[in-house]
Amino acid sequence: MKPSSRKTGRRAQKLLRAGAAVAAALAVAGAGAGQPTAAETQAEIERYRAMLAEDNPAELYAARGEELWNTPRGPKQAALAGCDLGLGPGVVAGAYAQTPRWFADAGRVMDIEARLAWCMETLQGFSAADIAARPFGSEDHKSDMEALVAYVVTASRGYPIAPSQKLPQERAAYALGKSLFALRAGPYDFSCQTCHSQDGKRIRLQELPNLTRREDVRRAYTGWPAYRVSQGEFRTMQWRINDCFRQQRFPQPKYLSETVNALITYLAVEATGATYNGPAMKR
Amino acid sequence: MSIRISVAICALLLGLPCAPALADDAALRTALEAARRDFEARGPAGLDRLDLDAVQTVCNRWANNPPSELQSLLQAEQLAAVKYPEGGNYLGDWKKGEALAQSGRGLTWSDGAKVATGGNCYNCHELASTELAYGTLGPSLARYGQRRGRSPDLLRYTWAKIYNAKASSLCSNMPRFGHSGALGEAQIRHIMAYLFDPQSPVNR
Ligand code: HEC
Repeated sequence: MKPSSRKTGRRAQKLLRAGAAVAAALAVAGAGAGQPTAAETQAEIERYRAMLAEDNPAELYAARGEELWNTPRGPKQAALAGCDLGLGPGVVAGAYAQTPRWFADAGRVMDIEARLAWCMETLQGFSAADIAARPFGSEDHKSDMEALVAYVVTASRGYPIAPSQKLPQERAAYALGKSLFALRAGPYDFSCQTCHSQDGKRIRLQELPNLTRREDVRRAYTGWPAYRVSQGEFRTMQWRINDCFRQQRFPQPKYLSETVNALITYLAVEATGATYNGPAMKR
Repeated sequence: MSIRISVAICALLLGLPCAPALADDAALRTALEAARRDFEARGPAGLDRLDLDAVQTVCNRWANNPPSELQSLLQAEQLAAVKYPEGGNYLGDWKKGEALAQSGRGLTWSDGAKVATGGNCYNCHELASTELAYGTLGPSLARYGQRRGRSPDLLRYTWAKIYNAKASSLCSNMPRFGHSGALGEAQIRHIMAYLFDPQSPVNR
């Protein structure tokens, strides 16, 4: 994706104005006595979609990510052109669709975000602590990682999801993810399964995918990472899992930890064969 | 309670074969070890939340379907620990109950320690016919009191359900609001009134 910068600039203005309006509308509705009805929320999102035609604000994040990818940065003033996302140094097209996978140089199974962090550390000289300090951005503090992920996943649109399960370490990550998905704990005795193992259920008006069913996993996985309309931000899979653990009333998983990686591996493997068509626009 | 002890209960007390195979124990242990390494305490959400009690251990170990003898044993233990309200005074103020039923806040790491914990009822149940934003993970409780009456047995049963759903269905999805301390006696009384009071929108 290489939109001219002027065109990107104009579109950015339009997208951000529209996005802010919808986020505000959802926030106001949510703060009232009840919550917005499903129809109201849906109408708001449809209006937003219409306003944007086929534009998704994720494109803006991807454009910034591409710039970040190509810019020499960090203590070592290196670009990420030497970063190997699994298909060779600098190869971005289709790489995300084959993650998580084992990376011999790092000696661990990594999702796309862990791999990008590893490249930022080893090639650019950023410290792991700095990378993990504020991975999930906000209006006044944009996240470089979210932009980089947007760029990299966009380059896998149309590719089949194909995480490797050849190596024992990759199979172990899947198995761990599967067990963690079912692990009940905390003050409410919740696990991922509590909310995600039945068909056609909702919490309030939010529809819950049945992530024990392949069809639902595929639909969910091929849309993430995604632009979240209610937050006006691009969000990664690390964020998605993190926020579900929050709702589960668990303590917070460390960023890029084995636990989060394993859950992403579990979902990716279950989605194998589906065509990636994210980043989607989510509620 | 450790996994080994729960399996021992099953084997010794009940003389059962303890299916499924021990491989599941290893998987559960590996998952817990990863969790203990990978989570950090934040706000009100401490690492002690990863310490499993007997119910959690058994439900995890048997994928929410433990042998029936073990189920009865633990349910009886949970039921024995239910605290009923002082003086059999089950019903509080339905208006306060409504606010609690609406609130899904509390106990997450992003809630400050001062955030009052809600009852979360509408996250999973239909209640008042005027509230359309209800979840469907649990059964509908529409017109609960009107349909079921207010017999002492029903009041006691409903109290126990809110206080500790695991006392009647060991691996239920529903949290143990009283048992875990998420809701206090006064709050459960308000929620009870929301379910039973003829003036409550649940029954109108
Ligand atoms: C308390 C209920 C709850 C628990 C527990 C929970 N989730 Fe979720 N999850 C949700 C809700 C609600 C949504 C939809 C969010 C939205 O629309 O904003 C969701 C969305 C998701 C999605 C994205 C689906 C899509 O199509 O966009 C994934 C993936 C997911 N959850 C995975 C998990 C995993 C993995 C766990 C365990 C770590 C988990 N969830 C635990 C409530 C829960």
